[in-house]
Amino acid sequence: MSQVFLGMPAPGAGNLFAEEQFPAAAHRELGNTQLRANLRHATHTIRDKRIRVVGELPDWEALRDAGSAIKDASMANLDQRLEEFEKNFTARGGIIHWARDADEANQIVTRLVRDTGSDEVVKVKSMATQEIGLNEHLEAQGIAAFETDLAELIVQLDHDKPSHILVPAIHKNRTEVRDIFLREMPQVDPALTNEPAKLAEAARLHLRKKFLSAKVAISGANFALADTGTLGVVESEGNGRMCLTLPETLITVMGIEKVLPNWQDIEVFMQLLPRSSTGERMNPYTSLWTGVTENDGPQNVHLVLLDNGRTRALSDKFGRTALNCIRCSACMNVCPVYERTGGHAYGSTYPGPIGAILSPLLTGIEAEENNSLPYASSLCGACYDACPVKINIPEILVHLRGEDVDSKRGKKLLPTQMDLLMKGGSWALSSGNHLGLLEKALPLGKLVAGKDKKIKKLPGIAAGWTSSRDLPAPPSKSFRDWWKSEKEGK
Amino acid sequence: MSAKDEILGRIRTALADAPRVEEVPRSYRTTSSLSEEELIELLVDRLVDYKAGVDVIDAADIPTFVASKLDAAHSVVYPHGLDTGWLQAVPESVQRHMDAPGSMLTIPELDATSAVVTSSAISVAESGTIILDGEPDQGRRAISLVPDHHVCIVPVSTIVQLLPEAMPRLEVTRPQTWISGPSATSDIELERVEGVHGPRTLDVLIVRGL
Repeated sequence: MSQVFLGMPAPGAGNLFAEEQFPAAAHRELGNTQLRANLRHATHTIRDKRIRVVGELPDWEALRDAGSAIKDASMANLDQRLEEFEKNFTARGGIIHWARDADEANQIVTRLVRDTGSDEVVKVKSMATQEIGLNEHLEAQGIAAFETDLAELIVQLDHDKPSHILVPAIHKNRTEVRDIFLREMPQVDPALTNEPAKLAEAARLHLRKKFLSAKVAISGANFALADTGTLGVVESEGNGRMCLTLPETLITVMGIEKVLPNWQDIEVFMQLLPRSSTGERMNPYTSLWTGVTENDGPQNVHLVLLDNGRTRALSDKFGRTALNCIRCSACMNVCPVYERTGGHAYGSTYPGPIGAILSPLLTGIEAEENNSLPYASSLCGACYDACPVKINIPEILVHLRGEDVDSKRGKKLLPTQMDLLMKGGSWALSSGNHLGLLEKALPLGKLVAGKDKKIKKLPGIAAGWTSSRDLPAPPSKSFRDWWKSEKEGK
Repeated sequence: MSAKDEILGRIRTALADAPRVEEVPRSYRTTSSLSEEELIELLVDRLVDYKAGVDVIDAADIPTFVASKLDAAHSVVYPHGLDTGWLQAVPESVQRHMDAPGSMLTIPELDATSAVVTSSAISVAESGTIILDGEPDQGRRAISLVPDHHVCIVPVSTIVQLLPEAMPRLEVTRPQTWISGPSATSDIELERVEGVHGPRTLDVLIVRGL
């Protein structure tokens, strides 16, 4: 079995797990009325912006088709793309490290930081480092990591968790942010108001010295270009440029799925991504770097290529397109479930519709409480319509629900009520005679309903249906009986 | 087995079903037919929307406009390949620092400098994007980042409408910075605010005849 020897795809670790079943977490979050008001305001603002700028492009659908096909093609030859990227990045002075999982990536980064002699780093917002829990790991090793993206800074100062992949502090409103700054920023002006412009300025003052003196920066990457060995970071505030330009050492942590075959492919993604994420025609700053450039930027440039369950997701042929995700967050901004529960309810670093498929694909559906995530959807399909790379999220959700049911099969000693119901349903609908036999019992239902012709309480798990609505009494005979009598009557 | 070999092996195992690869459909726009005036108008509209300062000027007027933009500056840095004629009208009271490979300003020196003047490589009108690629008239990335005011020259001959039109004219392995307006954030209630860590003021001089 040479394939086994070469490595079987393994599940990911780190911050990918729901800590409780989604229904329980959602129930709790729904009770937070401030959170719901903040989320409704923010998601509706961004939806309107996105629709406006997407509508401007006559070739939006053509761009989506291209983006989806480029990602599929890249994934189909991922091993070759990565080797090609490594060759080009290395030829230009960059150093590549491979990490099988979160733990290995954390250890590599820690060692690289230690080698510089520095005990602090500045960070550009990165989903990959969030996923592997890098900040917590570094802190335990005595290395302080400073988040520099405004929203990440808010979350870090508040000792909170991100709840959105693009705007991690989307669950906070301006007054809450002001209060956090007043409480946690040592030199903040006590007269700070809640105007977003004033809050942004407070963040500038707070971080300026850090940027100018940092020796080591840690970033993620939005894409890697195989044929040139180039990395790219897309951002707005300039904190990314500061981290990517001023320190002596730059360590980037990136999932293996981010590699694109040809550098020209960014002409597609740089049209799709900004319009889908912040609803802007283009984000204020994009930085591209290829290894080391003499006299310009960091002279020690590292890249940690992270698997952490990505090969597991890749091995699922119905779910692998989830890896095509470019982390724009359009799916969560349009999702009726996300809008009401917020991102924390999903537990994992990746919330919303994409998180509901990506987290269980990376960890395996059986892992901890992730088996409830594929049900966190009404399957309305808004996410699929909004996705710039056309990931069919509803289809993958249904596929994973099936995986969940299959994974539980055979593990239980006694069949559940649902198993019995489904078995009963299967028997009843398998033949007309069976159904006819059951229909003879219809008058019984009428009897149960009583005078007001409503059934108010069903037994067992069916009680869930009647806990918030009545069931109308069944008719005295079935449609098939009625049809028969009509025909015979003629 | 090394982590690299193991991960590549996992990928090959995961792809054992040999997924079929479709030809990438590229029916999106790659050429435009806008006139020079229409290109300028589109770029101006986008940059103004981003809250950048924009002037459309003739090449002969560059020194006057650069000087007026640096009205409030006490010092300015410029890359060694910049046409120094563009700075000739800047008053003597404004200190000038040339940044060159052999004599680079330190980060604290850049932080103490009020403004930077650079040229640019290419601009995409449809998205209001100005691309710098580290050529000698644009300099290394730090000089257009640390000073709080960026005066950027955009020659009309370098404006295209669409991003795909810009790609063949870029040397991707050079360190690139794509700039679409001054630094901004939408992190608080998704309301856009201009001016965070990058230059808070961006003045663009779109130059005809250049």
